[in-house]
Amino acid sequence: MTELVIISGKGGTGKTSLVASIGALAENKVMVDCDVDAADLHLILNSNLLESHEFIGGKKAEIIEERCNSCAICLDYCRFDAISENEDKFKIDPLACEGCGICKHYCPEDAIAFEPVVCGHWYMSETIHGPLVHARLGIAQSNSGRLVSHLRKQARELAAENGHEMIIVDGPPGIGCPVIASITGSDYVAIVTEPSLSAFGDMKRVHELIQHFNVSCGVIINKYDINPHMSAGIEAFAEENGIAVLGRIPFDKDMVAAQVAGKTIIDYQPGGLSDSIREIWKNLQADLKKVEVKKIDLKAL
Amino acid sequence: MIKISVASGKGGTGKTTIATNLAAALSARGKHVAYLDCDVEEPNGGIFLKPTISAKSAVSVLVPQIDLEKCTFCGDCAAICEFNAIAVLKDNVIVFDSLCHSCGGCYHVCPEDAIKEVPRQIGEIQIGAANGLKFMEGRLNIGESQAPPVTRQLKRGMPASDIVIIDAPPGTSCPVIEAISNTDYLILVSEPTPFGLNDLRLAVGMARELKLPFGVIINRSDLGDNLTEDYCKNEGIEILLRIPFNRKIAEAYSDGRMACHQSDNYGENLYRLYENIAGRITND
Repeated sequence: MTELVIISGKGGTGKTSLVASIGALAENKVMVDCDVDAADLHLILNSNLLESHEFIGGKKAEIIEERCNSCAICLDYCRFDAISENEDKFKIDPLACEGCGICKHYCPEDAIAFEPVVCGHWYMSETIHGPLVHARLGIAQSNSGRLVSHLRKQARELAAENGHEMIIVDGPPGIGCPVIASITGSDYVAIVTEPSLSAFGDMKRVHELIQHFNVSCGVIINKYDINPHMSAGIEAFAEENGIAVLGRIPFDKDMVAAQVAGKTIIDYQPGGLSDSIREIWKNLQADLKKVEVKKIDLKAL
Repeated sequence: MIKISVASGKGGTGKTTIATNLAAALSARGKHVAYLDCDVEEPNGGIFLKPTISAKSAVSVLVPQIDLEKCTFCGDCAAICEFNAIAVLKDNVIVFDSLCHSCGGCYHVCPEDAIKEVPRQIGEIQIGAANGLKFMEGRLNIGESQAPPVTRQLKRGMPASDIVIIDAPPGTSCPVIEAISNTDYLILVSEPTPFGLNDLRLAVGMARELKLPFGVIINRSDLGDNLTEDYCKNEGIEILLRIPFNRKIAEAYSDGRMACHQSDNYGENLYRLYENIAGRITND
């Protein structure tokens, strides 16, 4: 089983449109949307919800008013400014609570409840291009990294059960905890970038992160003709750093039109834009084969 | 001091473009402005504002250090840690720094006084100036997972000025909350596409949860459909500005040039938008 993760560093480079299109081309795979606080992949895969589950993340503290004697010990221990006092009444802001439980531990009156909370939902859906595992983190919740790990675990179990050969992960933007949770232990990371100083800079940061995890990677340049000179610079950087250039996609208003129609680019437009994605998929498959060979060699050792 | 945050839900809708141009437009019209780049995982405001950096400071969090001479391996520290950041073995204690949330639980609970808290750097703050506006940026070190402590320290150092513009990260989870909380007004930048609308709904949910007054800018307003307009109308959400797609601005953006230098209207529209918002904030 191969786990392919598609990320971008910078948001809005066309990552999700590309994941869906690659999902349309790849056979026998499971798709996973790990952008859990802004999940969009299901919108263009004509998806049909099969299962919905609560996701229990960390715990949150809450004052039990009847028992509280207003001693303020909890206030002294909390390092996240989550506890406030108003006319001798103490309150914990659930948004600020980090879930460490120190307040509960030191409360002399046992006046703090500290229970696991539902911090989102995760789903199994069927789509026109196969199964999709996705989620929705509750608004203003933390624990996105844990939810991402949970989704990947579900996808791996599903793939093992049904003999799917590949898992395609739509990763979140940035370089923080949900991104780390998305790429840890994966086989290949494809970075979707665009020729702007911002996206190029973000790509370099993401590449450095990927190197921490020792995962092979390639790059896809979207809207390359917005700044051909910078696209060439991105390719030169890729070559210098051993990143495979998987392909380039021109700026095309059909990218948006396909999304508005609720379709992948492959399903929406059989023309040139689709051809450039087919080319990317071909190159990606070739690169993934190398990773597979490496994996088998490692096992043989 | 008026604090305005700029967020989006979906990434790549033009948050940084709006935040930097708004800051520059206000500064060019004589306001004292500070720009804070709180997208600490991928800070890009500096690419456009091109500040001269005058000071840097480290962002550190406290992590436990165990004195194995004093430790009796009782396991109390591991038991109180909700984040699985400490493992106590028969004759050793392992601390997983990257999992630690710096709550201090282990330090307080240790009966042998065998735990000391030591700083560990996870990011950096840069302070500077660009064309009369004050510039601050937080930057998370690569490989670190927790953005909020960097944002928290950045906001604590917020310089005194008439107006503070906060450039938030994408999404709706903890790094965004840390950036936009305790601001006076939230601008949500969206685009009229199914992804843009889906993520706008989530961002609106977040703004309501935090009880922040907010309005929407629809960027690239002519690429997509009318559903975002309809949604805002039905929800009674104010559309502050519509900005049509302009390839010249997209090209300038790609080179790190400011949109307000490409078109006079761009800055003027953002300035008017500010006056509209500011009138209401001071009236409240």
